[in-house]
Amino acid sequence: MAIGGTKVNPKKFHKNQIPFYLYLIPVAVFMGAPIVYIINHAFKPMDELFAFPPKFFVSNPSLINFRNLFQTAAGSSIPISRYIFNSFIVTVAVVLLSIIISTMAGFALSKMKFKLKNTIFEVNNLALMFVATAVTIPRYLTINAVGILDTYWAHILPLIAMPVCLFLIKQFMDQVPDSLLEAAQLEGAGAFRIYWKVILPLTKPAIATGAILAFQSVWTNVETSNLFTSSEGIRTLGFYMNTLSGVGTVQGQGMAAAAAMIMFVPNLLLFVVMQSSVMNTMAYSGMK
Amino acid sequence: MRTKKSTPYLFLAPYLILFSVFIIIPTVMAVALSFTNYNAVQTPEFVGLTNYINLLTQDSIFLQYVLPNTILFAIVVGPIGYMLAFFLAWSLSQLTKLPRTILALIIYSPSMTMGVAMTVMWRVVFLGNQSGIANYVLTQLGIITEPIVWMLNTNYIMPIVIVVALWGSMGVGFLAMLAGLLNISPELYEAAAIDGVRNRFQEVFYITIPSMKPQMLFGAVMAVVNAFQAGNIGVMLTGSNPTPQYAAQLMVNHIEDYGFARYEMGYAAAVSVALLGIIYTFSFVARRLFGEKD
Repeated sequence: MAIGGTKVNPKKFHKNQIPFYLYLIPVAVFMGAPIVYIINHAFKPMDELFAFPPKFFVSNPSLINFRNLFQTAAGSSIPISRYIFNSFIVTVAVVLLSIIISTMAGFALSKMKFKLKNTIFEVNNLALMFVATAVTIPRYLTINAVGILDTYWAHILPLIAMPVCLFLIKQFMDQVPDSLLEAAQLEGAGAFRIYWKVILPLTKPAIATGAILAFQSVWTNVETSNLFTSSEGIRTLGFYMNTLSGVGTVQGQGMAAAAAMIMFVPNLLLFVVMQSSVMNTMAYSGMK
Repeated sequence: MRTKKSTPYLFLAPYLILFSVFIIIPTVMAVALSFTNYNAVQTPEFVGLTNYINLLTQDSIFLQYVLPNTILFAIVVGPIGYMLAFFLAWSLSQLTKLPRTILALIIYSPSMTMGVAMTVMWRVVFLGNQSGIANYVLTQLGIITEPIVWMLNTNYIMPIVIVVALWGSMGVGFLAMLAGLLNISPELYEAAAIDGVRNRFQEVFYITIPSMKPQMLFGAVMAVVNAFQAGNIGVMLTGSNPTPQYAAQLMVNHIEDYGFARYEMGYAAAVSVALLGIIYTFSFVARRLFGEKD
């Protein structure tokens, strides 16, 4: 038994753990309250949004805010289904492509021998600190030079190479035993076959984590719509939701809350479903 | 694994091409542009160090508001947020699995709202009239008598931005540290107790942190990035750039203000380079603290 009668990852509840709950629960309430509030807000009918004193929880839940949201969109030139479609295409493309290129690159960096290996990994480590907003202008200029300004590619290509995904995937692959790969090679499998049949199935948790991180970076992204596109018809749901948040009226508030919920819930569900994969990957996230 | 010489490069090519085009080249371009005068229409004109000199001597908004705001914000949200993340992760690691998982999920969830959902959420909470929940709660507690117009009141914008940034800062770094804590072998703690480690404080400093240095470093790097990526919160919450009377103006906002509102791209690039310099200074310190260098 370690110091103070408690230890890391205990199997059973013990009264010595109570002090931790005494501050962790208030912290969790502070972290969770705004989210619970906004979800309640999204379902409040007009009179409850107006109510004074304001109520935290909804008493007569209604879908009026969601209906308003869709009707407002129907009144403008672009139907909301268009934004949803755009977001869907862009999100699927970014998640899939970033997983493919990071696992391929991770495989090379983790399991193959070549000259520039350490340099490339080191540069990628430095790029973990890359803050895209700091170099927005040259990014805009490169996107313009590549000729993808105002196309779907402007949403997709700039987001695919994610240094943090490559880092986590490569670190996770490091613990796949080399003997497995050598055995596969002896049986005549080529590099691509090994990647597909051995590496990918064994790195599922890291792939799940990479997918979540890629999803988070693209699903709520407003920047690519704002800066790299000019036609309304190819902008994304996040962009449209963001324009609503500026609405100052009470009705607008309810719609904004509904919009926030639509943007947040997929993130949450995805994480809840995959949280054990994520924790498994994070165990190998160490940097030397 | 043995391969043909070209195989590794074939596997790396797609990543490296996109990485170069959208990360390396923009960074190099920012450095190059920072020595020029460029208005996005005419060819850039080389002006040497003029932009940097102006930044440090002429730009009173930068010196008076942007730089102090950025330093305050970076220190609170970076190092302090990081220590908080470690402390919370460590506390969670002392609990049994089910409550730990639930609490960790709740504490992590704000970081998923960063961006649109976060903006909407906090705008509703800090609504400037009496039906805003923040105003209502504070009135009920007797702390204020008149509702505060939060997003226009220059005394409150910066503190709100910092609180919101901290609220959303328990992200990937926090999870990595929690995973690191849970993977330390229990025998180490037992051995430490025998060797005379007497209290929690000693245990954390002599056993826990040294055993999870790699995760501590990853967490630190993520904390730094997060602190600087969160720089848009002020603009998103107040809905204007510059923020009212520059109260929450950070370097990231200053760059956009000059680059996209005034088209002084060369000058904006100089601010970007200065910002990248600050970010790397922070991460250099983190590497010194936790890196396994000889």
